[in-house]
Parts: sequence; C-alpha cells; structure tokens
Amino acid sequence: MIGIYLIGALSIALALFLKKNKTLTFVLLGLFLILQGALTFHAYTNFHSTEWSYFTYDSLAVLLLFALGIITIPAIIHSHIYLEDQPAPQSSRSIYYASIVLLISAISAGYLSNHIAVTWIFTEITTLSASALIYHHRNKLALEGTWKYVFICAISITFVFIGILFLSMSFSNAGSDDLSFKNLLANSSHLNPFWLRLAFLFIFTGFTVKLGLVPMFTAGVDAKDKAPAPAGALLSSVLMNLGFVGVFRFYIVVANTPLHHWANLVIGIAAFLSVFVATVYMIKVKNIKRMMAYSSIEHMGLVMLGVAAGGIGYYAAILHIILHAFVKSSLFFQFTQLYRVFQSKSIYHVGNYFKYNTAGAMVLLLGFISATAMPPSGLFVSEFLIFRSMFEAHQIILLIAVLILLTMIIYAFGKNIMKILFIPAVGFDDSHVPVISPWESSSQFILLALVVYLGLNPSAEFVQLIKESVMLLPN
Amino acid sequence: MIDVLLITFIITLFYMAIANRMLTYLKVLAFQGVLLFVVVFLQLKEINTVNLALILLETIVFKSVAVPLFMAYVLKRNNITRESEPFLPNFVSLIITTFIVVVTILLANQVKDTNLDKIFFVVALSSLFTGLYFIATRRKIITHVIGYLIIENGVFVLSLAVGNEMPMLVNLGIMLDIFASVLILGIFLNKIGDVFKDVDVDQLSNLKDY
Repeated sequence: MIGIYLIGALSIALALFLKKNKTLTFVLLGLFLILQGALTFHAYTNFHSTEWSYFTYDSLAVLLLFALGIITIPAIIHSHIYLEDQPAPQSSRSIYYASIVLLISAISAGYLSNHIAVTWIFTEITTLSASALIYHHRNKLALEGTWKYVFICAISITFVFIGILFLSMSFSNAGSDDLSFKNLLANSSHLNPFWLRLAFLFIFTGFTVKLGLVPMFTAGVDAKDKAPAPAGALLSSVLMNLGFVGVFRFYIVVANTPLHHWANLVIGIAAFLSVFVATVYMIKVKNIKRMMAYSSIEHMGLVMLGVAAGGIGYYAAILHIILHAFVKSSLFFQFTQLYRVFQSKSIYHVGNYFKYNTAGAMVLLLGFISATAMPPSGLFVSEFLIFRSMFEAHQIILLIAVLILLTMIIYAFGKNIMKILFIPAVGFDDSHVPVISPWESSSQFILLALVVYLGLNPSAEFVQLIKESVMLLPN
Repeated sequence: MIDVLLITFIITLFYMAIANRMLTYLKVLAFQGVLLFVVVFLQLKEINTVNLALILLETIVFKSVAVPLFMAYVLKRNNITRESEPFLPNFVSLIITTFIVVVTILLANQVKDTNLDKIFFVVALSSLFTGLYFIATRRKIITHVIGYLIIENGVFVLSLAVGNEMPMLVNLGIMLDIFASVLILGIFLNKIGDVFKDVDVDQLSNLKDY
C-alpha cells in the first residue's frame, strides 16, 4: 500500500503541476484525499505489519496518520477558498497544490518509517515542498522567509545526518549496521555511550527545526508567518508532529540505555527555554499569525517537558501533540477569514470581529479557550497530566516556573484575542467588508469539538493506541 | 598517502579563511571534491562497480564540477562583486580557523575508541566548525551557501570515518539532499538578486513581530 500511496501521490502532484485545468485539479485533489484516507484505513487494518522493509504501521504512526488525515480535508478545502479569493496566476496555484500534496505525502511516509535514515530523507523532502508553499506570494518578505527557512532547515538536516553517523559509530561494536529503530532498541545495551551522547545532541538539535523548540525554532516562525494560512496550518500542526516523531522514536532508544537521565536533562532544558522564549515573544508580538506560531512553540515545549518528566507524561505528550494539531490548525484556517475582513495581520488594524463574522469570531474564541487549555478543552486534560508527571518527578521548582510563564502567555494571548473580538479598530472603514458564509467555519468547529471529545471521553481504542506507543519506554 | 591528502584538505580550509575572491572559493571547493574522491578511492579496499560509480558521481561530478559551475553561474547572473566582504579581517579569520583545528585535535585525543580513525575525525569536525564560522561572519548570502558546502564536505569525510557502510538508499538520499539543497538555494539566491538588487544578509531583516 505504501508503494501505491507514494507513487500515486507523486503522480497526482506531477499532474497538478503540469495540468492547469480547473475541473481536473478538483478531481486530482479528490483522488488524493481518497488515497490519504485509504492509507490511514490500511494502516489501521494492517496494524503492526511492515512494508517495503522501511515502513511499519505502528501505533504512533497510526495515531498521527489519523490526525493528518483529518486535517488534510479542511486544509485542501481552505486552500481552495484561499486561492479562489486571490488574483493569483494559475501557475502559482498549480505549484501550490502540487507542493501541498507532496508535503502531506512526505509527512505520512515520515511518520511510517521505521529507519532513522528514512525519516531523515522524508524530513528533507518536507523542507523542499514547504519552501514552495512559503514562497507562494512571490514578494520580498516571502522570499526572506523562504530563504531563512530553507537555509536553517538545510543546516539542521545536515546536523541530523551527522547525528546518524555518530549513531552508527556508537553501534559499530554491536556487529550489525542496521539502523532501524527496532534493531537499535534490541541492541541498546551495546551502544557506545560517548558516541550515543553526540548522536542524541545532533539529532535532537536537527529535528528541533521541525519540532519548533530552542535552538532552531526561528525559521519555523518566519515560515508560518509568510506561508498562506492553510499551508501555515499544516506547518504548525502535522509538520511539527513529524519533528516530534523523529525525536521521540530515537528517544525511546536512548531511554533504554544508561543515558536516560542525561537525555531527559537535555530535553528538559530545551523545552523550558522554549516555553520561556515563547512567553517573551507572546507578550511583545503584534502579528497575529506569528502569535499563533509562538503559541505552537509553547505547546511543543510543554510536550517535551512531559516527555522529560516521564511516567504519565509520556501518555500526556502523545495526547497533547494530537489535540494541539487540531486546535492550532483550526486557528490558522480561521485566520484566512480574518484577513479577508481586515486585510491586515497586525493586531492594531483588526477589532470588533464579532460584528463582521459571528461564526468566525466564535471559532477564534473557542480556539483561544482550547489553545490556552481551559476546560472543556481536551488540552486541559493533557496539560494537567503533564503537570502531574512533573509533580511526580519532583520537579516542583520547574513546575512553578512553567506555570508562571503559562499564566503570562494566557494573559498575552487573551489580551490580543479580546482586542480582535470586541474592541473596534481605530480608523477601520467597514463599508467594503465581505460577507463570509458561516459554513466556511464549520470545519473549524468540528476540529474543536473533536478536541473536546477526544480529551474528555477518549474511546478505549484511542487510549490503547497511545499506551502502546509509549509501551517501550521505561517508567 | 591518505593522511597527506587529508592534511591538504585542512590546508584548503586555511586558504579559504584568507582568500578574498569568490572565484577562489569555488576553485577551492572543486579541489576539495577531487581530494575527497582520491581519499575514498584509496580508502575503500574492495570496491564494486556500482559503488564506485556512485562515489564518482558524488565527488567528481557533483562536488567538483556541477556545484562550482552552478555557483559561478549564480555569481555571474547576479553581478556579485568578487570580494567576499567578511565582517572580520582575514588575519583574525586565519587565527580562528587555526584555533578550531587545534581544539578539534585536542578533542579527538580525548576520544578513546579504537575503531575511530582520528585524522578523519579531526578533518570532519574542523570543516564543520569552519563552515559554521564562515556562515556567521560573511556578509554575502552566497558565502553562506559556500559555508554550507564546506559543512557538507566535512560530513562526507565523517561518513568515511564511520567503519560500517551505509545502505545504498542513504547514500542516494545524501546525494539528492546536497543536489536539491544547492539547487533550491541557488534558485532563491537568483530571486533575491532579482528582487533586492543586492545580495547582502543586511537586506534580509524585515520579518518582525510587529
């Protein structure tokens, strides 16, 4: 199936790129959605089987594929709405659609790969396809964002590769050169700790560019700002999950060696710094899209704090990335409507959104409640579990510091959202405000409702899948 | 023999630190590609034809011919002046590069692993850090790409230091990676040249939070 999927997705992308016919584009995108759904279904039914020796349908991959499959549908619908609204030339539209198909298929393959080098290759492909999306507007600022993204990603990907080389040095005593995660885990007692340390540092640093943690988070923020919002939704949800997969699968290997505590320390420091950096920027930021991007950095910091704390934190981390993907993508989808009303990204030029688009304003309000983890949001459950795991790991001082930082984030986020929703913008001429159909917000409502449902009343199967993905970690 | 070649590789790093002209950088990069090919050729005892063809493609065709030619085309197309305009004087650059090499030698002496060929390790790490240093201290965007290529050469040396072979798929992936990155970086560099009329990093500081 993975072969059919990759070949199918590649040919759909190629056809989208070459044929600039409107009905054909529709048909091809529909085909791609069916293909994506089929892959998710196939992954679910052929649980634990391996294909092409490099792709395994394991529980983490199935969970993330499920999230990706759900987000793909609104992403393509909103991309269509976005592109129809703009006087973009047909050629840049076809490039946009082709690269979004390529991006989603590379992310899916990256989730499924069971070999660290294969994950690495697909991460590289996501950089290339994302760069085309970021450059969609073909102007100076988009160019700057793209250049920074491509360059920092290229360096980071090289770092990951250096890490893989160190890993194979660390592995040279074990008498086998198969770097699949399964084999690494089986031989974890033979890994040389010195090289493993270097390998972990390089691989972790490299993947932070996708995961959105300190030190490489900057490129991602610029990218999410300049990419069209539907593409930004993918960049700040499912692509970050790919970075998480890269780090987490390797972390499982390291956690089964004596370096477990050292690795927790490294992850913990990076995670705390990320929450801190996110707080500092959230207080200052005036660009709404960048505000959402910094909020993603905060959430990824929390996820990694959960991983570093261990225990129930592992479960909470997986739950958190899935729910965060839904919340953040729905906020980004909503942003296109906000931009159509106010024609500005700056917080100074928007306001009183309830008057112009009630359904959209409700999405923003509910999205804010979800993103700041207030009940009944599902993120409340996962954040609560993360804090509990930190409490149980006796990291009380760290926990207090994080809670203070989170309070500041909620204040800054809330201040900006309330300004958007209720306070009229100075000098805004509302005679040309377009009427936006409430149906365009329906997908965001569904995503947000899903977050509440999965957080408060997860089905037994869902819980079982999460438990199985963290099963290999020591307690 | 391999040692001599690797030491020559380090000397090329010093030379890059004091070189002033962009074309010199490209020539040195091409020379590094040839050096790497000879090192691989001597290093691999039993070589099969497919592997040889791959390495030939990667070192000679990509690293020594295609990439430098492409970069020369980018230079010409964007009317980039020949000076590299570093932030620091060349003398300081030379001292810092020397410092990097000395530190990596000291670091390599700390490593107690009999499987490791230390000279490969030293060369790989020095070119990695020299590349990063290049990126940090040069004003032109194209020198950043050159710094990235120096890092890639260092990674190549590191992959030789690793005893066991990487699977073919990975080799292919690396090649595609370098090729695609350079191509993409080159294309965007051309765009930057067209849009900004000047290719300094100072131009790229407009993305802000407000």
